[in-house]
Amino acid sequence: MSEPLLQAVDLQCERDERILFRDLSFSILPGTVTRVEGPNGSGKTTLLRMLAGLNDAWSGELLWCGKRRSAQREEFLRNTLYLGHRPGIKPLLTPMENLRALTSGRCAVPDPVLRQALEGTGLAGFQDVPCRKLSAGQQRRVALARLLIADEPLWLLDEVFTAIDADGVSAIETLLQQRAAEGGAVVVTTHHDLRMPGMQRIVLGGGSSDER
Amino acid sequence: MWQFFHKLGSPKWFFGIATRLMPWLLAGGVLLLMAGIVWGLAFAPKDYLQGNSYRIIFIHVPTAFIAQSIYIMMAVAAVVTLVWRMKLADVFVKAVAPVGLVLTFLALFTGAVWGKPTWGTWWIWDARLTSMLILLFLYGGVIALDRAINDEKSAARAVAILVLVGVVNIPIIKYSVEWWNTLHQPATFKLTEKPSMPADMWVPLLLSVLGLYLLFGWLACLRMQTEILFREQRTRWVKDYVMAGRG
Amino acid sequence: MNADVRPVLKLRDDTVGVLAAMRGVFARDLKVAFRQRQDLLNPLLFFVMVVTLFPLGVSPEVSFLREAGAGILWVAALLSVLLSLDHLFRHDFDDGTLEQLVLQPQPLFLLVLAKTMAHWVLTGLPLVILTPVLGVMVHLDGNSIGVLCLTLLIGTPVLSLIGSIGAALTLGLRSAGVLLSLLIIPLYIPVLIFGTGTVAAAAEGAQVGAYVALMGAFLVLALTLAPFASAAALRISLSNG
Repeated sequence: MSEPLLQAVDLQCERDERILFRDLSFSILPGTVTRVEGPNGSGKTTLLRMLAGLNDAWSGELLWCGKRRSAQREEFLRNTLYLGHRPGIKPLLTPMENLRALTSGRCAVPDPVLRQALEGTGLAGFQDVPCRKLSAGQQRRVALARLLIADEPLWLLDEVFTAIDADGVSAIETLLQQRAAEGGAVVVTTHHDLRMPGMQRIVLGGGSSDER
Repeated sequence: MWQFFHKLGSPKWFFGIATRLMPWLLAGGVLLLMAGIVWGLAFAPKDYLQGNSYRIIFIHVPTAFIAQSIYIMMAVAAVVTLVWRMKLADVFVKAVAPVGLVLTFLALFTGAVWGKPTWGTWWIWDARLTSMLILLFLYGGVIALDRAINDEKSAARAVAILVLVGVVNIPIIKYSVEWWNTLHQPATFKLTEKPSMPADMWVPLLLSVLGLYLLFGWLACLRMQTEILFREQRTRWVKDYVMAGRG
Repeated sequence: MNADVRPVLKLRDDTVGVLAAMRGVFARDLKVAFRQRQDLLNPLLFFVMVVTLFPLGVSPEVSFLREAGAGILWVAALLSVLLSLDHLFRHDFDDGTLEQLVLQPQPLFLLVLAKTMAHWVLTGLPLVILTPVLGVMVHLDGNSIGVLCLTLLIGTPVLSLIGSIGAALTLGLRSAGVLLSLLIIPLYIPVLIFGTGTVAAAAEGAQVGAYVALMGAFLVLALTLAPFASAAALRISLSNG
């Protein structure tokens, strides 16, 4: 029996005197990939930030494992990984230092594992070069290395394919699919035409939402 | 009780109550203030030390008093904003902060005018005047922050935090300024520390304080109504209200 | 869809301890700062320059400087802390580190406290260390310099703590720097008064223990309250972004 990790009930969000969406309800089940779709400005990022717990200018109900999220914030945060537009990579630190800093607050990962994760995202040999000397795509890959070591069951990924080359894109697709097969739940926003078997969609814009 | 609280939070309900309340506040305020000021200026006895110049306290003290209590009221409203997210509390803070600023300025101005004949100079670094000056800065900060944040809800909560931080600091500021004052000019003449004020002096003073309170209530209602109309401009009742006013 | 046959990932309940997380935040801020050493020097240079302006702008007379020296140094230290506050959260906000900080499972106010402590170590503490040199330049006597350093040692953390509230409130706003000063300077006044007052009292030969204790009380108050206010303000600023 798999109960939804995260459940949204009648979400409504208003931004700059405009209603982005209302009566939005959906469930994020373990073992699924969910894609948030919609034109620019339809509130994809805002929705993801709401789900992550960054944006709290919304009304409705968010349930984590069937109970109100606000009542169990710590459990929720420990089990959710959010990667935003700005992934938290410090240009002055090396990929290793960045990755260590980003993971150390959640669960300590030994250095060889971190090094391997960076290799896994194609940064072999760049682990100890300051990030400001890396390209935008490479910096992005530093953040994505977190996915290779993350133990959080729920991933919220905002525009995860930005600045990533074709090989990288297909690697990420495989990773997400693999993650779902393991029982993790993934929510992505992307303009990239992501297609996966059994993918759930949340369509924003035009005030309607459908769930499949 | 909760229902009442909820109702109180409804801008529409408040709008109606305020409309009914405002004439009374205005009438009472003008009446009391006139009585207090006329009595104070024309009939109260002369001060044995300062002569007639002391009579400015009938304006100075009420403005200073209310300017300070507005900040306290804002702090209460800030708690309500942060804890219960009541819209009306935030409307109140936004509406009265400029009033507080103006009253603080008036208190400073009248203090300076009073200072000229009393101390022979417009400005003196007296503990009370300095505290009021800092209060002016605090009001300025609140208004500046409110203007700088575009998003209405974020502005409300950010301002609430600032007001609360300010209100924790006000006693500390007051205490430290008084200590600083004794350090630099021990035992100077204090503005309102009258050993025994005759009834002829304090009754008109009380009247004008009460009058200014009522006038402040009227002004707060008026400004809150304006703010409510602006915020709720898309709702049906505001459209109806505006159309009815026109027709 | 057949949900029943899907595997489910176990929910984690092991969290990194609060102290370890705070240490992590603190260490990263120090490391980033030492990679960009010029930024560390800037508030110190500013401190020295502001102090230099007073003999040039008012009077180089020993009697004036001895009287006003402690106040000048305090004001200059206050201004340079103020100048550095804009950086406290700004870089983290721009590169997304702050989002990740807010989403850490530990209580946010403690992580903010760790950041603020790092800020003090990087700005306040160097100012205190530099103070004796400038104290000699404004002709303060040895006892006064000692007391001045002590008041700055207790006072500059308070400046960082109160300042963190302003930095968090103005994060991501237009002209945040000026606004930050407007919000924070009034709140700095008590610390300034007691800092300089204590030195003045010491110069007159009074016992300063009580004043120092009072400043310590300010520090405790700021330590307990300011991180909560900053954390709440950070959430608001991020919610907006």
